[in-house]
Amino acid sequence: MGMKPKEKMIVKGKRLDGRKPDEIREIEMKVGVIPNANGSAQVRFGRTVAIAAVYGPRPLFPKHRQESDTAIIQCRYNMAPFSVEERIRPGPSRREVEISKVTRLALEPALFLEEYPETVVDVYIEIIQADGSTRVTGINAASLALADAGVPMRDLVVALSGGKIDGTTIIDLCGKEDNYSVADIPLAFLPRKGEITLLQMDGQLTPDEMKTIIKNVIKAGKKVYEKQKEALRKKYQE
Amino acid sequence: MRQEYVLKLLEADERVDGRKLDEFRNIKIETDIIERAEGSARVKIGKTDVIVGIKMDLAEPFPDIPDEGMLKTGAEFSPIASPDFTSGPPGEDATELARIVDRGIRESECIDLEKLCLKSGEKVWCVFVDVHMINHDGNLIDTSALAAVAALMKTKIPELKGDEIIRDKLKKKLPIKHTPITITVGKVLGKFLIDPIREEEEVLDSKLTVAVMEDGKICAMQKSGNQGLSDEETIKMIDLAIKKSKEIRKLL
Repeated sequence: MGMKPKEKMIVKGKRLDGRKPDEIREIEMKVGVIPNANGSAQVRFGRTVAIAAVYGPRPLFPKHRQESDTAIIQCRYNMAPFSVEERIRPGPSRREVEISKVTRLALEPALFLEEYPETVVDVYIEIIQADGSTRVTGINAASLALADAGVPMRDLVVALSGGKIDGTTIIDLCGKEDNYSVADIPLAFLPRKGEITLLQMDGQLTPDEMKTIIKNVIKAGKKVYEKQKEALRKKYQE
Repeated sequence: MRQEYVLKLLEADERVDGRKLDEFRNIKIETDIIERAEGSARVKIGKTDVIVGIKMDLAEPFPDIPDEGMLKTGAEFSPIASPDFTSGPPGEDATELARIVDRGIRESECIDLEKLCLKSGEKVWCVFVDVHMINHDGNLIDTSALAAVAALMKTKIPELKGDEIIRDKLKKKLPIKHTPITITVGKVLGKFLIDPIREEEEVLDSKLTVAVMEDGKICAMQKSGNQGLSDEETIKMIDLAIKKSKEIRKLL
């Protein structure tokens, strides 16, 4: 649960940055930003910027880690030292290790990994600027990078955060809202089947509030889904 | 196979991408790209892509230099940048790169560290230069050094309220005295090469990295690669580095 804010977070129905409660920040998505990678993307939600690269499917070493009937996926979520106000010491923190894991699990259900036995798909996510909702921004970038790499997918993975602040349910938390919210819920899902693949929550909510936020996030996520598709189409039009 | 092809071209003074031996690829410098950092730059040389972010923090000075601010340079060969980079602590190459970038900045007296002293022996500013690779297509050292200097030139010191750093209020500019330009000259088949792409780097016999000041003075050098250089070759490489540094300096 967040700290007590010094200021009102929602004034006259408007959030700190002028958004309405259910409004997503400005989104920018670009595919194919890293020539070396098999697939890559840069995604920006407001001031949060993530770059993702996919390498693979490629042979996995050491060999004993290979699975004879499927590819495995490895994920690394990393924050650049200069991505936040107080410099982060390089090297994985416990937070980053956990986010890497839940990101992997959020992506896995979208992939036909069994088509590439004995290989690995490496997904690397770098947060180069953080202003809240970094893990979901990273998942959107990873989803695009996987599609760009041509890894067969059931669907794109759409991710978005929701939460509650000043008694109001909101979508797409920025950094300050993240710090002061009553609850914060990162969520990822496969839009076509409506399958949720990432769901975390911290804070306190009634079951009804929780249900409302999940519904709102999935509804608002349609817009993120469209943006992802648009970014992919754009690459092939160029 | 590919290496033989690269070498065959070089033998005829030609390169894979059609450049002259002493020609840089297209260089693009963007600054102030990370709002959360006190200074930042993204430099692309051809397909090589590097981001440098500068953060400022308060620190206790080294006891032997109590009146000077500190400089700390780190580099990460992030695995997003190349199929050969792996996660984990910085390896030999990343550490060498960070130290070369650091030395160019430090020895040129790029930052006026004396002006970063707040209380002698107790409190100084520490400048963190973090180099983050985005895509590796050769010549990471020159790209990183250029990005570092471009970022430092745009760095602003945050306001202080006692010991509290008010990061959203950036006050004055970081005091910059000099701007070193770092140029690496590669040697292969007895020829000298500027700004090698990755497949060219693989065939180089040796490299010499030279950091050059505004007045043409040299402030740092590093030889790398596993073959030796004669004194004549070394001098020719230094001269070439100085010549190219003037060209690059115009982009800052």
